Formats: sequence, structure tokens, C-alpha cells
Amino acid sequence: MEDIYDVIILGAGPAGLSAGIYASRAKLKTLILNEGTVGGQVILTHEIANYPGVETTNGFKLVNTMKKQAKEFGCIIKANLNVTGINLLNKIKEIKVNGSDIYKGKTVILALGGKPRSLNIPGEDDFKGRGVSYCATCDGEFFTGKEVVVVGGGNSALEESVSLAKYASKLTVVHQFDHFQAQRHYIDMAKNNPKINFIMGSELRGIEGEASVKKVKIENLTTGQISELNTDGVFIFIGYSANVDKVKDTITLNSRSEIVVDNNMKTNIEGVYAAGDCIEKRYRQVTTAVADGTIAALSVSDYLMNSTVSKEAILN
Amino acid sequence: MLMTNLDHVESADNHKKILEENENVMICCGRMGPMCMPVYDIMEELQDNYTNVKFYDMDFDSSDAHVIRNAPECAGFMGLPFVMYYKNGKVVQAKTSIQNMDQITSVLNEQFGKPE
Repeated sequence: MEDIYDVIILGAGPAGLSAGIYASRAKLKTLILNEGTVGGQVILTHEIANYPGVETTNGFKLVNTMKKQAKEFGCIIKANLNVTGINLLNKIKEIKVNGSDIYKGKTVILALGGKPRSLNIPGEDDFKGRGVSYCATCDGEFFTGKEVVVVGGGNSALEESVSLAKYASKLTVVHQFDHFQAQRHYIDMAKNNPKINFIMGSELRGIEGEASVKKVKIENLTTGQISELNTDGVFIFIGYSANVDKVKDTITLNSRSEIVVDNNMKTNIEGVYAAGDCIEKRYRQVTTAVADGTIAALSVSDYLMNSTVSKEAILN
Repeated sequence: MLMTNLDHVESADNHKKILEENENVMICCGRMGPMCMPVYDIMEELQDNYTNVKFYDMDFDSSDAHVIRNAPECAGFMGLPFVMYYKNGKVVQAKTSIQNMDQITSVLNEQFGKPE
């Protein structure tokens, strides 16, 4: 008989791992498939101080514990794969991996997470690691005494700007709006730092250099005028978008390309649930992702108890 | 010491010995940070497939990591991790900043051959 999982979970961030823990503990045959590193975006978080019941920790440690828990309950986790096909419309769902391996499941939980937005401008890829960075904590020291540009206006952009200012001689924040989206605390910290300057209502149009970054092109969105600014580095913190490209043709999305679910995390397709940062919701926290994953797994369990898919599989 | 499941390069002498004793070596020199951890994770996944390659990490902040930090192939690198690929003790490729599975396997296949 073919190997059919009770539930295949796509994604191994806090939502996917929580779903994996609950599903496998409920004795469902559970498989997690993940395209990148287990942990998702939370491994980028250096300090988590508000996860209830856990004293200050970091994202890496927290998700490693989740991964260990899921495995101990019997969940199979396969990571760093390339998902090349997703068929959710039949009763038995099929996930194709690396162009050849096919995994079958009675249900699917989409815990696809989000990804950092990139600028998609000339020079961004070419200078990655040679002046273009997405992590101030990781690469800040390479910019000691140098001038840097930070792109973004949310909490991350301003918090990382203050962190980078410890190293950089001068820092210019470029933001597309005339106001910041960050909380007051972060705005005040950045504005009170004498090394930090601001160019508002503007966007980067290009990153140029030779062996490393030398300058950026900036467009004033009001006047359309392009100017150049000499810089040694560009740090990009412009938020996240849901990873829904591979399901957007079958799953109902809202206008922000987030998966629409009901209170039980059910999508528009029978047997398909979604959880975490890829769904339509206002607050995106580790705690909310964990809650979504839990609800999705419990809903799957209920669905399998009552559905004909399960009964047919048993008869077969 | 980095908290990974990879073997660690523990010193400059250890680094020299590893390169003398192994034909194909990949070393990821970094920290337990968000740009480095995905690379360690991918290396852990690949270890079983690429049996002809030895995979190691090295703590970027250890004093002996100068063997990688100051390597001429890393001049101009401004992003962690620094990833080195060695064949017969010589650097055949060096990469900076985060790399995905495709980028890493591409270098491994090109420099050391595809796994059977």
C-alpha cells in the first residue's frame, strides 16, 4: 500500500513545528516539509523576552526545542528541500519535492511563513556580502568607521540603525514615506542618535560599486529627482511578505496575498488548513504562530475523525 | 565552540591537519547568527550525501580563525559567514554571506563532483 501521511505540514517555523507537535502527539502520521532551514524567520531573532513561560532566550534555541519535541512525538521533518509541485485539489493531496519525490497526505497544513522583502534593484544581489547586508548584528563590525545607508522605516530598521551606529561613522536612513511605521520608542532612539540622518519620501533605485559598494541612487518620490549618495554599505529592513507563490492559484488569498482561513484555520479547499505568518491576520508574533499551528493540527485531527478520506483509506 | 552538529575546526593547527588529511573540505566560519545558521543547517543535511567531502564549522571569533578571516580569498568580504572550499589543501572557492541549498550544492558539484 502507498505511504500516505495523515497530515503533511509545509513549513517548519513556529506554526509548522507546533502543528507537528500536536499532530504527531495525537498519533497522526505527520510529515513536515520545509524549503529552508528549520525555524523560519524566528531564528533571526536574537532575543525573545516575551514568550510566556520561557525566560529570555533566542529564536534558534526556541525552535530547536520545538523541533526536538516534534521529533520525539514521531513527526518526520525534512528540510532544505525544493518544493516543485503542490496538488491540493484531490482527496489525497500530493507534494512534489526536488522535481521527483512525491509525498501524499490526507490533509495539508500550509505553514509557509514569510520572507524578508528585497528591494529588487540593480546591484542588490551583486553586492550581497560586499556591502549589502540584511543583519546589523552579524555584519555591523565590518562597517566600523564607514558610512552606511539603512533602508526601511519600521521597528527593525530603526532598531538596527541604532545598533549599527555603534560601528558606523555616519548612517542615513532612507524611507519611502514621510513618516515612520515604527513604535515611538524606536523612532526616538534613532532621532536622538547624532550619527543618524534621515531621507524621507525616497526610495533606492540602484546600488553601485566595484569590489564593494561605493554609492547608491536615491529617487525623491515627490519630485522624481534622482540623486547619488556615497556609502560603504546598504542594510535592508523593509518587512516581510507571505510565501504563497506556490499555492496562489488554488488557495483563496486576500488583497495583501495572505491566505484566508476561518476560525479553525481551514482554507477554501477541503482538507487544507493554514497557520502562521502566511495567513490573514493583524498580529504576527511567535505566540500567535504557535496558536495558529495548534488550532490547525487540532482541526485536522477532528477532520480526519469525521471525514470520508480517512475511512476510505482504512477500507483500502 | 559553535552549537552545531558539524565537526568543529578547533585551532589553526587543527585546520592545517584537516587540510593535509582530506582531499575535499568545506568550512563555514561564522557565529550563531541568522546569516550563518542556515548554512550550518544545509551542511548538516548534505553531509550524508557528499561522502567525499568533509564538512566543518569554525568560530569566527576564535583567535585561530585568522586562518580564514585573513585569507587572501576573503579580502573584501563584509558579510558572515565566510565559507571556504579546499581541494588538496588549496582554496578553490570562497563565499561570503548567507547561501542557499542550490548555491552551496552548485559549488560542491563544480569543485568536488556530484554525489553518486
